[in-house]
Amino acid sequence: MTQIELRGIEKHFGAVQVIKNLNLAIADNEFIVLLGQSGCGKTTTLRAIAGLETIDEGDILIDGRPVQHIKASHRDIAFVFQSFSLYPHMTVFENIAFPLRAMRGNRTDIEREVQAVAKTLQITHLLAKRPSALSGGDMQRVAIGRALVRRPKAMLMDEPIGALDAKLREEMRAEIKRLHIKQGSTTIYVTHDQVEAMSLADRIVVMHEGVLQQVGTPHEVYARPANMFVAQFVGSPVMNMTEVTVSEDAGHARVLVRGAPTAFDFPSSLTAELTAAGAENGNLTLGVRPEGVLVSREAREGFVPVEAHIIEPLGSHDIIDLQVGAQMLRARTKSGFVPRPGEAVWARINPAQAHFFDSSTGTSFGIRL
Amino acid sequence: MAAVQTRSERALNRVAIAAVLVITLLFLAPIYWITSTAFKPRNLATTIPPTVIFEPEISPFVKLFTKRSQLRAAPEPEDYAAAPWWERLVFDGGEKVVRSGRGDVQLSGYPNRFMNSLIVAITSTVLAVSMGTFTAYGFSRFKMKGEADLLFFILSTRMLPPVVVAIPMFLMYRAVGLNDTHWGLIILYTAFNLSFSVWLMKGFIDEIPKEYEEAALVDGYTRLEAFFKIVLPEAATGIAATAVFCFITAWNEYAFALIMTNRRAQTAPPFIPSQVGSGLPDWTVIAAGTFLFLLPVAIFTFLLRNHLLRGMSFGAIRK
Repeated sequence: MTQIELRGIEKHFGAVQVIKNLNLAIADNEFIVLLGQSGCGKTTTLRAIAGLETIDEGDILIDGRPVQHIKASHRDIAFVFQSFSLYPHMTVFENIAFPLRAMRGNRTDIEREVQAVAKTLQITHLLAKRPSALSGGDMQRVAIGRALVRRPKAMLMDEPIGALDAKLREEMRAEIKRLHIKQGSTTIYVTHDQVEAMSLADRIVVMHEGVLQQVGTPHEVYARPANMFVAQFVGSPVMNMTEVTVSEDAGHARVLVRGAPTAFDFPSSLTAELTAAGAENGNLTLGVRPEGVLVSREAREGFVPVEAHIIEPLGSHDIIDLQVGAQMLRARTKSGFVPRPGEAVWARINPAQAHFFDSSTGTSFGIRL
Repeated sequence: MAAVQTRSERALNRVAIAAVLVITLLFLAPIYWITSTAFKPRNLATTIPPTVIFEPEISPFVKLFTKRSQLRAAPEPEDYAAAPWWERLVFDGGEKVVRSGRGDVQLSGYPNRFMNSLIVAITSTVLAVSMGTFTAYGFSRFKMKGEADLLFFILSTRMLPPVVVAIPMFLMYRAVGLNDTHWGLIILYTAFNLSFSVWLMKGFIDEIPKEYEEAALVDGYTRLEAFFKIVLPEAATGIAATAVFCFITAWNEYAFALIMTNRRAQTAPPFIPSQVGSGLPDWTVIAAGTFLFLLPVAIFTFLLRNHLLRGMSFGAIRK
């Protein structure tokens, strides 16, 4: 049973503020992913929780007890490093036993615990080897084993599979998830890879330039991004963003992409909602994911004529760049739906998948149609 | 690497091998000279041209370890018959072994000087390497004000020839009574080697990822435990390389040993040449002393050779 709470964390490296007033409550057994670009403060936050980094302001509470003045060795937390950090001069067995030896357990207990962890991770056959003889995936299994063996209050992982190749990353991702379900310990996981974050997290914490942007389940973060940064950072390919003006015409809202000849059709409630939210034309950005851009090969009611520019065939689907005025909108279609570039097609924006942001602050108006 | 060598490449290769051979021979020549002289009969030691083929003798070593005096006449036949084999070798050379009133064999100054060399070199090496390792660890792992300046200051102690400070050092040592003491030389050699040790060890410790210790810290170890369990084993190669360099410097040091010591704490380097002047120089004995003096460094370096090779190329390969 471990809850972790961060209250008003501030951290500077010299003149640079790397964490700004960070508040976060993590529930027992929760798998939290800190997501952000490099330098956003996510790793520093993780290291601060572990006690490897001091903080300038705020409280870190583990099970309600402030720990910011307690040494790393007394916080009872395990840390998995991106570099694996296995001791080259010890065997795999010794590496996993190392945290147990710190607690001065007796020999048979240590032997038993190490064997149990090795069995869970399926690395029993590697116990006598040296880390240098292992593959990247096995190294990380050992590193995770070393973290698990002590049954720590919480597991902290700093890009644990970032150094592996793509295929192995996918395998290890599944394995980490399986392990978390089985062991159920509070886990904080840092990554810059949004796919990893989406697939692993109970809740994702998106950070940017030291500031927490949004906390939510993968679905919330994906479907209801709090601002333009989150909207563009989460999801692949990235969300289309384009400045628009909205007008009302014959019971419809008309959303016009700058420089486009024809406007997209939206339900009439949009204008009222925008007004209520305090949005103004000239300061309005429309965001829509490629799957929210619907494409038709013939003219249809509510569809706008556009030109297919570039087609990226990805096997399971195609990504098509559509020219709308001076802007490009990327759409996702069935593979082979538009046979060749230059083809004239018709497009529509699914209002349910449209997001409206304040262009200057980037904040979402939170409008759901 | 190309599987097939061209003719010019092969020729170049041969030239390179020949050059390496010549250089190796050049380096080994003095060692051969010393070694062969150490086993020569005295009358063959100074022949021109040098004698290359001879029957090796052990007598120079017997003479090296014993106190001897010149024989005026041939020894009494019964004395000669009663003497052990090694004493006869001394008689054969026209000398006799000096015995005390009770008949105990008197040793020469050499074993004592050799022991002094061992004591001083080993102690100062242990001190310099251990202090250097701790200091380097501090510099490597903690941020401190004026770090670069401090490191430069440490290095600056090596920027002038040590002999420059010999006279002031001598006066200071005399004032505090460190003249001709083991500790005097140990402190001197430790101070002398410390800057070198700090800089070398800092390079080695910088190469050890910080995450190793951080992993140990979160796993429940203190920083000191992490240092001994993780940093030291990982730095073993660096420590070995640094120890060899420090040991060689302390072992071979001549100038300060000559000035600061004369009897009790005198090391072998100033002692061996001092034997040249007493009576007729016996080059075979001097060579025997030098030969034995070469052994510890050779053995030490041989034992640590793997570490040394790794130490030289440490950090050259990105892991």
